[in-house]
Amino acid sequence: MTDATAPAATSENPLARPFRLIGRTVLAALREVGRISVFSARVLAACVTPVIYLREVLRQCLKIGFYSLPVVGLTAIFIGAALALNIYTGGSRFNAEQFVPNIVVLGITRELGPVLAGLMLAGRVSAGIAAEIGAMRVTEQIDALLTLSAKPERYLYAPRVLAATLTLPLLVLIADTIGVLGGYAVAVGTLDFSGALYLRNTWSFVTGNDILSGVIKAGFFGAVIALMGCYQGDRSKGGAGGVGRAATLAVVGAAVLILAMNYILTSIFVQVGL
Amino acid sequence: MSVSVVINPHAPILELKGVHKAFGANKVLRGVDITVTPGKSLVIIGGSGTGKSVTIKCALGLMTPDEGEVLFGGKSLKDKHAVEDARRRTGMLFQGGALFDSLTVWENVAFALLYRDRIGRAEAKKQAIETLAKVRLGARQAELRPAELSGGMQKRVALARAIIAKPELIFFDEPTTGLDPITADAVNNLIVEQVKALGAAAVSITHDMASVRKIADEVAMLHEGRIIWRGPVADLDKSGSPHVEQFVNGKAEGPIQPAL
Repeated sequence: MTDATAPAATSENPLARPFRLIGRTVLAALREVGRISVFSARVLAACVTPVIYLREVLRQCLKIGFYSLPVVGLTAIFIGAALALNIYTGGSRFNAEQFVPNIVVLGITRELGPVLAGLMLAGRVSAGIAAEIGAMRVTEQIDALLTLSAKPERYLYAPRVLAATLTLPLLVLIADTIGVLGGYAVAVGTLDFSGALYLRNTWSFVTGNDILSGVIKAGFFGAVIALMGCYQGDRSKGGAGGVGRAATLAVVGAAVLILAMNYILTSIFVQVGL
Repeated sequence: MSVSVVINPHAPILELKGVHKAFGANKVLRGVDITVTPGKSLVIIGGSGTGKSVTIKCALGLMTPDEGEVLFGGKSLKDKHAVEDARRRTGMLFQGGALFDSLTVWENVAFALLYRDRIGRAEAKKQAIETLAKVRLGARQAELRPAELSGGMQKRVALARAIIAKPELIFFDEPTTGLDPITADAVNNLIVEQVKALGAAAVSITHDMASVRKIADEVAMLHEGRIIWRGPVADLDKSGSPHVEQFVNGKAEGPIQPAL
């Protein structure tokens, strides 16, 4: 009798409840990390081993890269313009207004270009991928792929990850250019900078490493954006509600990972002198 | 010395032996045994939620049974290569069609040729259009997207996709759901015609008794996770099973509780 009731008494212990809750949460988080890791490993393996469906990769490059140009371009121009104004205001406190072009180009190429382009794509692309794949999951299209001997990670996920990894760096290069031009427009138009001088200062200050560090970051962000979209879409269930939830989780997951990864990559670049 | 291999034409192409499948506490399949012989059409009937779709998904290797075994051509689907082989030799028509929205009709039909068999696009398109003709669809529809087709047309495209690679076994998941009776009958006719033309075996699940009578050689009734009756379609009305009788006559009163 005592033996039979002892475990029940333990499980009812109110003092154990917070620990059980913490334990359950940690285990759930670890399970999720494990699932994402296994999923990512399978997809990344499919990205670098044959067969690669080139037609699908190109189709996704168009969808993910080309169609994201307007949103990335608009973000870059406004951020460049606002950055120039802020640096001018801040710089004027210690007579350093002339550094506006230098700090604008440094901020855009190393930080704001890749991070903001990444965040914009997390919203536009990650959600889109999660919704599309989630809809395919709930309408049995992914089961249909399997019955036709096509592996989803090869036919659906790898082309999206490859396309995002390849096109986000290109988008960032464009965003860098447009962002600098945004700063230029404000500096020349409202802050009485000489246009030629602004561009000369920008060009002489920026280094290949500044641009390269942003481009490398963008490659990682692109992979994260597509992987999160594919993962959440693949796991979605329960009809329209499930698809919506997958899209939300994909955006939140991709955004948080981009910001965390940005810090980690920046630390590494500082260490290696990039 | 020559070695001759004798293939028994009556050996089952598909066998499910004591298949169990549960989702949490919900035990959906509790020991399903099914045998499908080449060239025969088996229809599985049963109420909503009795595990018909789960049975098909286990048979296709889309779900792994908790217990029991699925054999295709005598090989257990526990082996990854056997699953690959089974998928090459089977076709599947999904309940909602499961056509790929981003592809045109002909690309859907020719999907296995393009992406599995790596056939050139021109040849794949030619074969897709020939197969579409078998399900009474023309070259004009071949260039459309699935969303531009009616429900009946989508089912026919899905049928064309299921038969293009000349499978030995075709699965049909509720092939007439959502169709009006006339279109449903036309789809049933096409299924019978194409399955016979291929000489393939078929496993279908449906609630539609008109469909059962048209496409079945044999009928099996799934109830509470087990096959409780199996017999030729001609015996459906004299099964002696109160469950089958209630289902066939569509009565709310009887041993099967309505899924409300």
